[in-house]
Amino acid sequence: MAKVNVKICMGTTCFVMGSSQLHDLVDIVNKKYGEDVAITGSTCLNYCTDTSEYSKAPYVKVNDIVIQEATIDKVLQEIDKCLKQQG
Amino acid sequence: MGNNNSQSIHLKKEILARIIEAFFSDNFEENTRLIPYDMRPKGADVPYRCCIYKERAILKERVKAGLGFSLEEDDETKLLSEYAKEALNRDKLDENPLTVLDAACAGCVPSRIYVTDLCQGCVARPCQSACKFGAIEMVNGKSKIDGSKCKSCKMCMNACPYNAIVKLAVPCEDACPVGAIQKDENGITRIDFEQCISCGKCVAACPFGAIHEKSQIIDILKYIKNGSKKVIAMAAPSIIGQLPGNLYQLKSAMKKAGFYDVYEVAQGADVTTLNEAKEFEERMENGAPFMTTSCCAGYNQFVKKHLPEINEFRSTTQTPLYYTAEIVKKEHPDSITVFISPCVAKRKESMDNPNVDYVMTYEELGALFIAKHIEIAECEEDKFAVESSKQGRNFGVTTGVAEAVKSVCKNSEEVKPYIVSGLTKDTAKDLKKFAKDKSCPGCNLVEVMCCEGGCIGGNATINIPRAAKKELKTLLDKSENLERTE
Repeated sequence: MAKVNVKICMGTTCFVMGSSQLHDLVDIVNKKYGEDVAITGSTCLNYCTDTSEYSKAPYVKVNDIVIQEATIDKVLQEIDKCLKQQG
Repeated sequence: MGNNNSQSIHLKKEILARIIEAFFSDNFEENTRLIPYDMRPKGADVPYRCCIYKERAILKERVKAGLGFSLEEDDETKLLSEYAKEALNRDKLDENPLTVLDAACAGCVPSRIYVTDLCQGCVARPCQSACKFGAIEMVNGKSKIDGSKCKSCKMCMNACPYNAIVKLAVPCEDACPVGAIQKDENGITRIDFEQCISCGKCVAACPFGAIHEKSQIIDILKYIKNGSKKVIAMAAPSIIGQLPGNLYQLKSAMKKAGFYDVYEVAQGADVTTLNEAKEFEERMENGAPFMTTSCCAGYNQFVKKHLPEINEFRSTTQTPLYYTAEIVKKEHPDSITVFISPCVAKRKESMDNPNVDYVMTYEELGALFIAKHIEIAECEEDKFAVESSKQGRNFGVTTGVAEAVKSVCKNSEEVKPYIVSGLTKDTAKDLKKFAKDKSCPGCNLVEVMCCEGGCIGGNATINIPRAAKKELKTLLDKSENLERTE
């Protein structure tokens, strides 16, 4: 059972605003954390439409934390934080 | 060089989406005027510039480019609402597709050779003896370059044992393959449109996002909204993998966004392949040393403006867009045709082709989907009336055109491709040599694509080429081979 679940939003808005550029993240995470972290692309997580906040896309969810304007670095930092909290 | 996810590109796309939202709102002009204030409301963070007022001023300029206006002739007193109104009422497009945002372009120092603090003031002074122009003098025990004498030959740079001499880069100047973009005496970048081949490399290279395409989205959306004519999209082969979902879902998403119908430009690419193969065989029979392709708009501009000598070797076959637009206008004579494009160069080609009315880039199409809240991955699949071949769909990837031509040539083993993946100052030199020598050693079919990796590396692409190629492969595996019937 993975300790941390990561979902990359691949809805239209997030994809256009940059989640397409997170392509390498899946490989990096799988290599770095192995089975501790489960990472998948997801259909629209609705963060852009609920709030009209497409300027903050792309969104990535790490467990229950929502990362705005996600980059590879930001996501890796959050994963490390989650793993540390869980010991 | 392909596109990247720098903040300036993020900004450009957000602005396009906001312009489109404003367009479909109940008050286009006023809501357009408010875009800079909506993006940077009172008390908002100031992420890039010195203050919120400058942020808004620059955003205003970006909105102007998004509305399709030149930024060079600037009237600061004119409101965005007035520009919006003007955009609605115009029926002609500006000839030059690029424009420079002066206020954003100020970050780079003029390109020159510069001696850094690492200079040890050594006794040998190899820099001084390397300089043929006497531009290096010793000031306070360190080398100093006299800018009025320096010719930027880099001999001193190469001679310095401490690597203390550097070239201060200006990314747009470095990216331009033809020297068409330069800083003027005031440090402001200017494009020389006599020289410019509209390849878009400067757009992708500028870290400040200071070079904008003049968008035609308002002109296109005007027709979509008033419904007086069918607006038909012609999607370039490289669109595959640029957005979520597959090609067939993308087609229905585009219809949902207001297009009457969608054609694959790969359909025209199939015509290009067959014509080009025939032309190649004829030319070889007549003893020509080599032939170059003719489908890249940037390359075609390059030949016209900088290398007319190679024209006699360039195929006279028309581009995939040319054939596609011809088919569409024949089937729907009164329609408005819109080419969905990976790059700015095709804007220029389209202006010269009466069958192509407008151009919308992938970024602009993406912004349209955002503004219209269309989830492509949830759309139904919608097949094409004519399905294109595997070869046609692969036209936007480097080697794709040469492979397509080769696949239908009668003696395909005699086709020896030479691939130019990305027109740079260096590859331009190679082409010049081929033209001068009337020979391309060991090869006879020269494929030229202006962007590195092909159209999938175009300046207006969304996805990274590697990921887009994966999607493309899935589609190619299901596509039929192109057959030659005569």
